[in-house]
Amino acid sequence: MIEFEDVTKVYADGTEAIDGINFTVEEGTTTVLVGPSGCGKTTSMKLVNRLEEPTEGTVYVNGTDNQELDKIDLRRGIGYVIQEIGLFDHLTVGENIATVPELVGWDQSRIDDRVDELLELMDLSPEYRDQYPRELSGGQRQRIGVARALAADPDILLMDEPFGALDPITRENLQDEFLQIQDRINTTILFVTHSIDEALKMGDRIAIFDVGEVVQYDTPAEILSNPKNEFVENFIGENQTFKQLSITPVREVMDDPQAYESAESEVAPAADGGEYYSISPDSSLQVGLTRLLSIEHTTLPVVDGGEVVGFLTEDHVRSYFDSAGEP
Amino acid sequence: MSAAHLGVVPLFISPYLEFVVQNVDQLFARLIEHILITAETVLIAVPIGVSLGVLITYNDRAATAVLWLAGIAMTIPSLAAFGLLVPFLGIGSDPVVFTLILYSQLPVIRNTYVGLTGVEEATKEAGKGLGMTRQQRLRRIQIPMALPIILAGVRNAVVIVVGVAAVGAYIGAGGLGEFIFNGIRQGDSVMIVVATIIVSLLALVADYGIATVEQLLRIRNGEQVEQRASTQLIQKAR
Ligand SMILES: Nc1ncnc2c1ncn2[C@@H]1O[C@H](COP(=O)(O)OP(=O)(O)OP(=O)(O)O)[C@@H](O)[C@H]1O
Ligand SMILES: [Mg+2]
Repeated sequence: MIEFEDVTKVYADGTEAIDGINFTVEEGTTTVLVGPSGCGKTTSMKLVNRLEEPTEGTVYVNGTDNQELDKIDLRRGIGYVIQEIGLFDHLTVGENIATVPELVGWDQSRIDDRVDELLELMDLSPEYRDQYPRELSGGQRQRIGVARALAADPDILLMDEPFGALDPITRENLQDEFLQIQDRINTTILFVTHSIDEALKMGDRIAIFDVGEVVQYDTPAEILSNPKNEFVENFIGENQTFKQLSITPVREVMDDPQAYESAESEVAPAADGGEYYSISPDSSLQVGLTRLLSIEHTTLPVVDGGEVVGFLTEDHVRSYFDSAGEP
Repeated sequence: MSAAHLGVVPLFISPYLEFVVQNVDQLFARLIEHILITAETVLIAVPIGVSLGVLITYNDRAATAVLWLAGIAMTIPSLAAFGLLVPFLGIGSDPVVFTLILYSQLPVIRNTYVGLTGVEEATKEAGKGLGMTRQQRLRRIQIPMALPIILAGVRNAVVIVVGVAAVGAYIGAGGLGEFIFNGIRQGDSVMIVVATIIVSLLALVADYGIATVEQLLRIRNGEQVEQRASTQLIQKAR
């Protein structure tokens, strides 16, 4: 858990980077800090692992004022993906990933196993282990940055624009992969981005920053349906409905399977149509609706692990939005 | 051996070759002396210079002062330094090695300092953020990344040392300088030219050798370099 309590940071040159911010990242959840360039996102992050010290206020890490913790121990217990990736170019990929386990003194065989495990987790083939970072693509380097941060199984992960500077497709792939990883690792994550779309996609909660201040701290759905002020509205931009579709999983809207047992003829044939005529409960409504529109049936089976777990219809989507009061 | 054996060689080179052939044992002995003086200097000078270079990264003002002093040391004429040191260290190679150590400091300290401080901010910050102490960052990140640059400083120093060591013969340090001073005394230009060429070749070989190691280090550090022939050869052999 991470808590910011009235935290202000003024740099030595007089720049007030953040001014009295408050928010809490609950254990095992992801909070995304989002806002324009220079609004204090990186500064907030560095206050957690004490790369910077607050001028006023307190940052609590797992309930303890982090000023009372040893800096080096604190940092080794927190995974950190820095904005510029910052891989060690003179070390192999394996050695880069092994950094923190080595610092905390794991034995070699445990380190080797962990490196293999992380390469697999990050979808990098084992042969990359002995290559040098400069031989790799931007996307691969970003993955290694994330793997290095995860290496010693930290409770807390700080990720400063981990998928920045990538082409949209690679970025989207990494986001999807990371969402899956996130489900498996139960880590408290503070994630920085300047893209609202990335924030909506990755965050359990989002802190929208304006210069030095948190303007709204809420769930993605709440931010989309009840933007607190004009700054937030402008920041979300156009297409709020579309964005809401893209962050709502089918699971939340679908009907349970019993309701349709008698009406089977209306249902798109999941079995012989293959993948195309069904949808996973974790897909977004955006995908669900698109698929519904592209088939000749009005009902789409929701399939999880080969079993039909529900059905999705256009009416569901419409009534879900009506009850949410939006658009 | 007479000049007749060297008939195929152009006339103007033959006296030099003849000198080499006739004095091969002496030349070899002096060359070894020269190499030993250089090696002794480097073995002492590099650890001192690198340590100083590391130390001054802790304090900007110390850095300015140390680099300035090392610069001053280089401006002392070698003969003057020898003359001043003989009363304390006697004649022979000791005062020469001492002077050469002083001369080596600027390139070694400067390159160490520049190499260590020039490591990218993001890389240093990553090390810090992952929980490395200052010493660990120095040992695991800064020194390995700076190694090629430090080595370039060493290379610089070695070339200076090989050249200036020749002057050491004046106070009995031996080395190839013996031939140069004898040549001056006897008005024998052949002797001077031959010894000078050997000194230059020694410097070039040392320079090339160290530059090759430097390139291999750069490649290991993941830098893109245009490889020289020797580097390619070693890379292939591995
Ligand atoms: N070490 C520093 N010394 C002085 N000012 C700083 C320092 N680091 C950051 N700042 C200033 O503090 C403010 C907030 O910077 P910060 O890096 O936290 O912004 P950011 O939200 O991460 O921006 P970006 O999206 O560009 O990464 C900026 O005005 C920046 O110029
Ligand atoms: Mg930033």
